[in-house]
Amino acid sequence: MSLILILEQVLNGLQAGVMLFLMAAGLTLIFGVMGLINLAHGSLYMVGAFAAAGVAAATGSFLLALVAALVAAAAAGVVVETVVMRRLYARDHLDQVLATFALILIFSELTRWAFGSFPLYLNPPDWLSGPVTLPGGIRYPVYRLALIGIGLAVGLGLWALTRRTRLGIRIRAGENDREMIAALGVDIGRLYTLVFALGAALAGLAGALVGAIQSVQVGMGEPVLILAFVVIVIGGIGSIRGAFVGALLVGLTDTLGGIFLPELFKLVTDPATATQAGASLSSMSIYILMSLVLIWRPTGLFGAKA
Amino acid sequence: MSERWVTLAALAALLALPLWALAADEPFTITLATRAAILALAATGLNIALGTGGLVSLGHAAFFGIGGYAMGILASHAQTFAPLSLGPWEVPGTQSMPVIWLVAIAASALAALAIGALSLRTAGVYFIMITLAFGQMFFYFATSWRAYGGEDGLSIWVRNGFPGLNTLVPIQFFGLCFAVLLLAMLLHGRLIRAPFGLALDAARQAPARVLAVGLSPYRLQLAAFVLSGAITGLAGALYADLNRFVSPAMLSWQMSGELIVLVILGGVGRLAGPLIGAGLFVALEHWLGGATEYWHAWLGAILLAIVLFARGGIVGLLTGQGDRRG
Repeated sequence: MSLILILEQVLNGLQAGVMLFLMAAGLTLIFGVMGLINLAHGSLYMVGAFAAAGVAAATGSFLLALVAALVAAAAAGVVVETVVMRRLYARDHLDQVLATFALILIFSELTRWAFGSFPLYLNPPDWLSGPVTLPGGIRYPVYRLALIGIGLAVGLGLWALTRRTRLGIRIRAGENDREMIAALGVDIGRLYTLVFALGAALAGLAGALVGAIQSVQVGMGEPVLILAFVVIVIGGIGSIRGAFVGALLVGLTDTLGGIFLPELFKLVTDPATATQAGASLSSMSIYILMSLVLIWRPTGLFGAKA
Repeated sequence: MSERWVTLAALAALLALPLWALAADEPFTITLATRAAILALAATGLNIALGTGGLVSLGHAAFFGIGGYAMGILASHAQTFAPLSLGPWEVPGTQSMPVIWLVAIAASALAALAIGALSLRTAGVYFIMITLAFGQMFFYFATSWRAYGGEDGLSIWVRNGFPGLNTLVPIQFFGLCFAVLLLAMLLHGRLIRAPFGLALDAARQAPARVLAVGLSPYRLQLAAFVLSGAITGLAGALYADLNRFVSPAMLSWQMSGELIVLVILGGVGRLAGPLIGAGLFVALEHWLGGATEYWHAWLGAILLAIVLFARGGIVGLLTGQGDRRG
């Protein structure tokens, strides 16, 4: 096992992590501001990916495809928020789980009806395809490197948005005391729609970006959604910083565990058993990480005290 | 209509349907009724945690699947005559339902103890996400566990036996499942009125006061979670026996979601809620699934309507008492 392989896997882990961050940031923002648990966030990811694949196939432009993903996911978010979510803010979590589970069923079936059950393919643009040689002689796909860059840029942008703008101040105030900021004349209903659309757009962007490495198909959002849940449980619900740290931890653990655990087991047992045990354990590794964090800090790394 | 009559009517309907099917020689209807009874049993388990305990578990498929795999593993070892090695011990497989049930109950109760002990350190939305994540952990474990079929699952050749019954006869197997469901519902009914159930209900509504009178909400809820997981695990063993097949699909998060749907469709915390929910679900699956390939979209629309406009589910509508939570 060479150093280059290890570095490559670390980069893969980072790439998976920043994409998870795009999902987790939206989820944690929506929960933090509106107190809503949104299972249908994975459907918005899927909507973004399908919109991008459709537009890329029609126009051949990857940038247009990304714009389409953002617009379609944000629009779906606005529709869902105004028609359904708005009625759920005052309800308990059970109602929210059930209603958003129903939305997943509806979104998935409508997408299957519109696009069929076969996966679509979305290719990265020519100017981002092929490998690049990094210092140290590592050849790494440009596209995945670009994903890391985009993820970090979005993270920075979100930090600036919440910390440095008037909208960010309102969002943070909404997390703390919604009655008060409503009394101060902020249209809380519009703020909620805006936050929901922002979270949806981030999910749609992640769906389109990841759709170019994996296939675009119905049901692609839910595994990512569950990983994003693990991320925000680790990071602490409502904390964007926690979502960032948690996403990188989960991305790295998931990627590196799959490579190193079988190797680790080979030191103590025969190769066949080691591969099997390593595969089983690595599939569970992020959940073990989550349990450890929970034992240590029940409200996550950056969560507020319960 | 009072809730007691709704419960009795639902039970009578579930019993009458397969008896009619037997007379009309429609064995498939008996299988559908058996499926409804088993799903109702699984949802009755969940209802103890979800309805009475107020614990929104989105990971109950883990227990359902563990029960299913308990059946699959024991029966597959019995049919190949290969003993099951547990470290230093070698245990023969078995095709006897009572033994399989005990193993399914014990294994799922143990899993519920571990998951519950960790998840109950938190509450609210954390609890939902964590139970979902642990459910997913078992799902991925099963898909990577090639010794027992991995992603393809595990099938057995003949249905397991129960002393004194021929379980291959559909109506006899239905009777067995119905009896187990009846026992579980009686248990849940007794539990609601017992001191434990009352304390659990109080821990859901006012944990601080429960703590103040010297009871531990954590231990009450953990006990309820373990009991709930064990019943759902037993249902998993029966479900696998009905299909003579177990696969990671039984452990999937969609399964967890569907179990919650069954409870809510019928009515949260109601004795007959899971039974009515499961009956309705199987009927919808059969009729809508036969009419359109995209029946899940309709199911989604019905669910949305129930959440937004008919809180309390079908039992709530029938009894006119609305929602029981709060």
